[in-house]
Amino acid sequence: MEEFAGVPLDELRACPHCDALHRLPGHIRSRAKAVCGRCGSVLIAPRNGAFTRIIALAATALILMVAALFSPFLDLTAAGMHSNASILDAAMAFSQGIMLPLSLAVGAFIIVIPVLRLLLILYTLVPLVAGRPAAARAPIAFSLAEALKPWSMAEIFVIGVAVALVKVAGLATVTPGPAFWAFGALVFVTVLQDSFMDKEQIWAAIDAGRVR
Amino acid sequence: MVTVREAGLVGCTRCGRVHHMGASACDRCGAPLSSRDETSLQRVWAWWWAGLIAYIPANLYPMLLTSTLVSNTESTIVGGAVELFLHGDVGVALIVLVASVVIPIAKFMAIAFLAVSLNKRHIMGEHAQHRLFSVVEFIGRWSMIDVFVVAILASLVRFSVVATINPGIAAVSFALSVAFTMQAALSFDPRIIWDDEK
Repeated sequence: MEEFAGVPLDELRACPHCDALHRLPGHIRSRAKAVCGRCGSVLIAPRNGAFTRIIALAATALILMVAALFSPFLDLTAAGMHSNASILDAAMAFSQGIMLPLSLAVGAFIIVIPVLRLLLILYTLVPLVAGRPAAARAPIAFSLAEALKPWSMAEIFVIGVAVALVKVAGLATVTPGPAFWAFGALVFVTVLQDSFMDKEQIWAAIDAGRVR
Repeated sequence: MVTVREAGLVGCTRCGRVHHMGASACDRCGAPLSSRDETSLQRVWAWWWAGLIAYIPANLYPMLLTSTLVSNTESTIVGGAVELFLHGDVGVALIVLVASVVIPIAKFMAIAFLAVSLNKRHIMGEHAQHRLFSVVEFIGRWSMIDVFVVAILASLVRFSVVATINPGIAAVSFALSVAFTMQAALSFDPRIIWDDEK
């Protein structure tokens, strides 16, 4: 206990998973990780130039989402007949009758929430990178982006597409359109972007950039 | 290892900042502070039961309605897997069965097990419980894949009268069940797991 006596609160951090008390290490190299000594969770994992990269990747992801929404997604051919679906069609698959709320939920999971997260992250990080004070609602915006993370399901949708394609493969020929590739790329870019997100780094920057 | 609580402090679970015990909200990220979430287990159980109840109609009612020129078939989750199996697609049948039956049931059992065996160290150690919780938390959202498969099939297979696939009502209860179990896992305060370690 003595090792923490007299240490200012600013220099302490709590592990959110097991409540272990840690002293903030002075400097962590890019790509190095600070791991909780008790439960093994990664607590801090900074990367050089992370914010600029996150902004670039988030902007890329937004463009890919627009491309994915407004181009052909999947085309099905069987015995000379054609059928096609866009990503919006997939989201609206449950729109008949009482299943409508599910359509709204699917639309939220695969389109609205991923886009909202990208916008919130841009809102938080753009002023910080530009050297301006943090946006007034940056703490709320970044908290919301983090809270929405489990509900952003674009990558699960992509695997769902793969499973659906396997299911119809024997009965019909499926031709993936540009939207299919754009959405796949979007998932890849999002995963890459998440690998640059270090919560401690972002919260510290918001805190330092706050107007007091 | 000293815990934040033993040091007379309280940690923010959102951003990790440490505060004096009396603080009610984090001054860095604004999250409400509590040393332990005392109502955590109540909420876990409430969401758990909601998820389990929603999972029952998800299995009893049809997930997919397939209509062709010659027939109309309604298939439930298990029925669909059995059909695939009889069709000879053993691999796909197994994937469907694991994703929509084995994983959801394992998830219900894992959450209930964690909630019941919490701090009963002769059953499971902290590290094992911590890992089990991480797995449950990670895997929960992936069950939504079934709902997306139904959405894609229903929007894609539309050959007017010749062959059409429509979503069944089970998709709604399945989606609710997945969302409720995700909430159950999110309500869990993992810090409680470590409270009796000495």
